[in-house]
Amino acid sequence: MNRVQLQFQRNQFALQLDVQWPEQGITVILGASGSGKTSLLRCVAGLERPQRARIEIGGVLWQDDQQALFVPTWQRALGYVFQESSLLPHLTVQQNLAYGLQRASARPQVHSLAQAIELLGIGHLLARSPGALSGGERQRVALARALASQPRLLLLDEPMASLDAARRQEILPWLEKMRDELHLPMLYVTHAADEAARLGAHMWVLEQGQVKAQGAVTEVFANIHPPLVAGQDLGALLHGRLVERHSDWHLCRVAFEGGELWMRDSGLALGQAVRMRLLAKDVSIATVAPQHTSIQNLLSAVIEAVASDEHPSQVLVRLRVGPSVVLSRITQRAWATLGLHVGQPVYLQVKSVALVA
Amino acid sequence: MIPWLNDAAAAWSALVLTLQLASVTTVLLLCLATPLAWWLSQTTSRWRAPILAFVTLPLVLPPTVLGFYLLVAMGPQGWLGQWTQAMGWGLLSFTFKGLVLGSMVYSLPFAVQPLQHAFEVMGRRPMEVAATLGARPLDAFFSVALPLARSGLITAAILTFAHTVGEFGVILMIGGNVPGQTRVLSTEIYGHVEAMEYAQAHALAAGMLVFSFAVLYGLAAVKRRWPGVGAGA
Repeated sequence: MNRVQLQFQRNQFALQLDVQWPEQGITVILGASGSGKTSLLRCVAGLERPQRARIEIGGVLWQDDQQALFVPTWQRALGYVFQESSLLPHLTVQQNLAYGLQRASARPQVHSLAQAIELLGIGHLLARSPGALSGGERQRVALARALASQPRLLLLDEPMASLDAARRQEILPWLEKMRDELHLPMLYVTHAADEAARLGAHMWVLEQGQVKAQGAVTEVFANIHPPLVAGQDLGALLHGRLVERHSDWHLCRVAFEGGELWMRDSGLALGQAVRMRLLAKDVSIATVAPQHTSIQNLLSAVIEAVASDEHPSQVLVRLRVGPSVVLSRITQRAWATLGLHVGQPVYLQVKSVALVA
Repeated sequence: MIPWLNDAAAAWSALVLTLQLASVTTVLLLCLATPLAWWLSQTTSRWRAPILAFVTLPLVLPPTVLGFYLLVAMGPQGWLGQWTQAMGWGLLSFTFKGLVLGSMVYSLPFAVQPLQHAFEVMGRRPMEVAATLGARPLDAFFSVALPLARSGLITAAILTFAHTVGEFGVILMIGGNVPGQTRVLSTEIYGHVEAMEYAQAHALAAGMLVFSFAVLYGLAAVKRRWPGVGAGA
């Protein structure tokens, strides 16, 4: 396990937390701007020095104030990808990659430079200078450079924040590839719930310097006492597998634990693992099986919990579909007129399903 | 000896001495100003403001004031003079070494300010990047900060060199006007004017004018060549 306990204060802002996370996969730190997520990452990297901290990564202590221990950044086996381009402008892409590799010669060589270049598809860019790259290419080079410095932990500070929506799609698949092909724990800071849903295995929600929720992504997204970032669409996250394709209707069927859903055929291969988000506003509840409806995705579920929503007219309902959890946002009035209660078996109509990966 | 040949030899000697003085001053001053500028650009120490003011003083003070204090300090009774004598180096006043020291003080802000500006424009990010890539601070300074501040470094070198070439007041105060020792172009011109030798003064003065113009023009070329150095990719 990796564990960070810290207390960091600067001007009016205070960050205080104690978090643990597994030594593999992507752990997402989700929070609005000003929630302290970047400060947290900088403290872990040693770029900021928290007043009190104990930081243990992969069994190695990076800071422990009880022992007056503070390992400087350059001695920490980490990779850091900054929000905006951080390539050294006086060096070519090749030299940027070599910069980290040469200085990491004392660390065990886990990722070869060739592997990093291939993994991120930047072989054709090596001779260029950073100024001649697109935003997406720069971040891919920054990712490869971070890998070449042989990190035990990769810190990613909103690596797509400076990119527009189209460029994001140029980066996301590479990040997924890194997640799937490397056994390297990553801390991924973002303010976008969809990035968390797509990439994360584990996540923390940060608000005003404190952890409001933490756990597996599916658990955190199924939380109806929502500490999730304000203004973000609320919805459950499901892991499924593509099991059937219907070419006449351009639809495909995705099975998940507890049910199955039809969704638009986006050309994925049969058997492919996918992540889906069911936004609470797209899920409605019926007490009898609806017939003659245009909404074809029907699930049977049991009401597990209910909570008031941001606006008093609405409630958030958590429902269990087999072992999986789905959220639904309905009006207070509907809850009362249908006579819904916890433990009641109901039918869910799912108006739309978003494929996040 | 033929008078015009004599004049030419004196002018030549003054020119060589001027170039020597400017080169030595530039090299030594850059070695001193680079760490100082770096410190000024990074520190949050309460000593920053007074030291910054002190570094800027030569920009404001009349060269005669600077020269006067340096002369007093270098003299047999001055603290610097006592120290150099104790070290067995003799006195610095009226020597080439003394001129180098005086020129370094006189040109200090011209070397520090462009460097400090370049380091400040660069921001903290490049050094942070270097640290996350495993570069120790001194390594990062030489492999990242200095190359990124190269336009500041070049500007500092050119300004120091040119400013030293154009120096007059400080030199007159601490160097006197010893031919071959401390008589540089500016004092040579002064001597010609004093002696009403306007033709000789004209020749040297015009040379200085052309030189100064060339330096400033070259400086603009440097700025054009590396406009955004330090501003990130």
